[in-house]
Amino acid sequence: MASRIMDVIANALNLITSAFDAPTGAIIFGVPIDGHLMLEALLVMVIVFQLTKKSHKPPKKPLTEKEIDELCDEWVPEPLTSDSTEETMIEPPTLESAAGPHVIVDGKDVVNFASANYLGLVGNKNVIDSCVGSLEKYGVGSCGPRTFYGTMDVHLDCEARIAKLIGMPDCALYSYGFCTIFSVIPAFSKKGDIIVADEGVHWAVQNGLDLSRSTVFYFKHNDMKSLEAILEKINSRIKEPEKVRRYIVVEAIYQNSGQIAPLNEMVRLKEKHKFRIILDESHSFGVLGNSGRGLAEYCGVPNEKIDIITAGMGNALATDGGLCTGSVGVVNHQRLMSSAYLFTASLPPYLASAAIGALEYLEANPSVLTKLRANIAFLLKELSDVSGLATVSHPLSPIIFLKLKKSTGSNKTDMHLLDSITNQVLKEHSVLIVTTKRSSLDKCPLPLGLRLFVSASHSESDLAKAAASLKKVAAVAFS
Amino acid sequence: MVRLPYLTALTTLLSYGILFVFGHLRDFFRKIFDWSKSNNLQGYAPICLGYEDFYTRRLYLRIQDCFGRPISSAPDSWFDVVERYSNDNNKTLHRTEKTTKCLNLGSYNYLGFAAADEYCTPRVIESLKQYSVSTCSTRVDGGTTKLHTELEELVARFVGKPAAVLFGMGYVTNSAIIPALIGKGGLIISDSLNHNSIVNGARGSGATVRVFQHNNAPHLEEVLREQIAHGQPRTHRPWKKIIVIIEGIYSMEGELCKLPEIIAVCKKYKVYTYLDEAHSIGAVGQTGRGVCELLGVDTADIDIMMGTFTKSFGSCGGYIAASKEIIQHLKRTCPAHLYATSMSPPAVQQVISAMKVILGEDGTNRGAKKLAQIRENSNFFRSELQKMGFEVLGDNDSPIMPIMLYNPAKIPAFSRECLHQNVAIVTVAFPATPLLLARARICISAAHSREDLIKALEVISKVGDLVGIKYFPVEPVKPNKVEHLKKIE
Repeated sequence: MASRIMDVIANALNLITSAFDAPTGAIIFGVPIDGHLMLEALLVMVIVFQLTKKSHKPPKKPLTEKEIDELCDEWVPEPLTSDSTEETMIEPPTLESAAGPHVIVDGKDVVNFASANYLGLVGNKNVIDSCVGSLEKYGVGSCGPRTFYGTMDVHLDCEARIAKLIGMPDCALYSYGFCTIFSVIPAFSKKGDIIVADEGVHWAVQNGLDLSRSTVFYFKHNDMKSLEAILEKINSRIKEPEKVRRYIVVEAIYQNSGQIAPLNEMVRLKEKHKFRIILDESHSFGVLGNSGRGLAEYCGVPNEKIDIITAGMGNALATDGGLCTGSVGVVNHQRLMSSAYLFTASLPPYLASAAIGALEYLEANPSVLTKLRANIAFLLKELSDVSGLATVSHPLSPIIFLKLKKSTGSNKTDMHLLDSITNQVLKEHSVLIVTTKRSSLDKCPLPLGLRLFVSASHSESDLAKAAASLKKVAAVAFS
Repeated sequence: MVRLPYLTALTTLLSYGILFVFGHLRDFFRKIFDWSKSNNLQGYAPICLGYEDFYTRRLYLRIQDCFGRPISSAPDSWFDVVERYSNDNNKTLHRTEKTTKCLNLGSYNYLGFAAADEYCTPRVIESLKQYSVSTCSTRVDGGTTKLHTELEELVARFVGKPAAVLFGMGYVTNSAIIPALIGKGGLIISDSLNHNSIVNGARGSGATVRVFQHNNAPHLEEVLREQIAHGQPRTHRPWKKIIVIIEGIYSMEGELCKLPEIIAVCKKYKVYTYLDEAHSIGAVGQTGRGVCELLGVDTADIDIMMGTFTKSFGSCGGYIAASKEIIQHLKRTCPAHLYATSMSPPAVQQVISAMKVILGEDGTNRGAKKLAQIRENSNFFRSELQKMGFEVLGDNDSPIMPIMLYNPAKIPAFSRECLHQNVAIVTVAFPATPLLLARARICISAAHSREDLIKALEVISKVGDLVGIKYFPVEPVKPNKVEHLKKIE
């Protein structure tokens, strides 16, 4: 037994010694392995070990309570409003009577070109009588949003009436004209969609574009070639056109320049490139077209080609509120997705009655539109030779826009000059005209100027007086 | 605080699950049928893609008749609800000529100014004849009348601030003011349950927005400390300014905000405060001046106070009250002041008259009576509902009372059954509330008499039993046990 074990041990020792003594390597388990390969295998193991070890990161030290206290004590906030180094604001004139073609300011009778009272409905007896009836029946406010008992029968009647006039199946009524467009755009266009808008759109549209979180492209003001170029560029880049909604947002009559959008050309482009149009007709509803239906009637475009029409009723219809029409799907979608429709109280019923009264007046007296056009043409002719100012608005636009022929250098000095002109015209000649105001939040690049809102109820003597006073004051200011 | 029983949560989830499954099945079949129909919208993306309007089509349309009910009279304590019918299972609803007189528990008519009032309406009609329906102009052009300046001074005096500015609509007030106050580089911290107009205004401003847990001042402090210490995201520059936005009464919960604690935190960290008193101005407080008066907070501690005229004053529009510098700044920059049509003059006159009644300047004590009436009504109604076993949210003195329903099937059941018994109730579901927490919301008015409230309680109790929403029945005290104990002794 002992000799057997000794033999085994001796054999094992022989094997091990021969493995180390062999000049060209040993044979372990029948496989020849060289001595330097063993060293390399060891090195590989060391490398693998280092790679698998986590790299050394400095430990994260969160701020201590004391450090946070110090930071909070050191922090100094800016004042809530910037220091106003500008002079005090010029106070707007305070009216003491209804804002019709003539208004009383500071006890004096003044010819009023500051109200967008295009059809002359301010002070209309029938409208006021229907409002009195409405006030006695419904009170003033509606005390609830549309979904919670804020829908009154006058709202539904008003919607049906407007839809009938425009020629669309249905209409949604909003409680304020200003918020209509910036609530409609985010309801239809979301993140990932594409919007192409005119660079001269007003602030409410810009806010709607921001809130929608869509990709926005601007084209040059009223320039169809610029629009076409952008549409082609966008379409060439989209991979899945069936999944991306695309819109063109324009105003019918731009309140920042008095230009009219060329709808025919736009509809052709939209159909070619498969975009939808959102048209803001705040200043053209009740003004353009033979029966006042707006830009579509004036251009001879059938209503079905325009997808969404919005308008504020605070202009031609001389009431307040907003509307949005389109196909049945468009209107129903809004009633559930548009924030300014759902989360706010509905339009006061007497304003809806006033809107119905205004529409009845317009249907019964289409001649008021011809009178308005005649007034605009007369005033434009009279204003064609004012020194220092040039009319740039469209001949059919009820907003007559005059801009400075030569800018004084900065927006601020331009504003001063224009303000001094309007002040003088008011004080010395009793005519109320206004400058364009721009908020610091407004991104519109169009130039500032003077605006005159022409009404169908202005008489020729009113218009002649306005033109004559402006010419006199401008002659002195620009001499 | 909502106490959701486990069984109710389970059944609610199950109900929604069944509704979703059925909705998907119907969508699947619709896809097959629509595939054969031709579509003239080739190349256009549809207005609603995929599941964007799934909730609308499959869940909301089933109960559409509970919402948007038209009325044909003033939203006073009793009003006429127009009956509607549907031929295609609630997809479209048509008006009829018939109306039913119902008790109004849904309109925001806290002080009863919704209907024609003996003091306000003659003055409103007079102003209508003098100034006509609208000025058709913006405030800065030719839309400021003597009424507007008078109301701005009156509002500033009523609220207790140096100056105020008016806007034509409450929603626009928030959406257009917040961008004028703060921009990129600023931080807005808003309560998690703030109204949609505040959320829109905050998003439109470009500032970073953070949320703190509803009404939780310690959490607000935690968020403030973290944000001030870390600064702006990525660059870690210090914030330019921080504004905390809270509401006086939260309209879906009926709770008052914990104003003293939150103001204390804000003062400690030098942040600005913005208080939205849409539902509380004119409705709470000894003289109707809102939550500041009710909770004993000095109005000088709050930087900006906002409110609306729709609820307590029976009109429309909103206001901002703050220091003179802030108001001047807003009048120069706020787009809603520069571009929007000014408030309609008769609506302005309604607010002036209503405020004079509340302040007692009309020569009577109707204002004080109305305020006492609404407080009494709210507290009585809330305590009675709680005694019946309903789960009622909200604090004492708040005129808004949500009753929890939870289950989606109970929403139309409760609403339709109450309407049958001539009580008009508002039910609220997703998306205005979280998915599982559907509720019926009651708004009490000073115009409700004690008999009206008792009738309402009877009907709600009956319907509540039918529908099964008395989740926390109060155990009546058993007199036998006491006697038994006495015998043992």
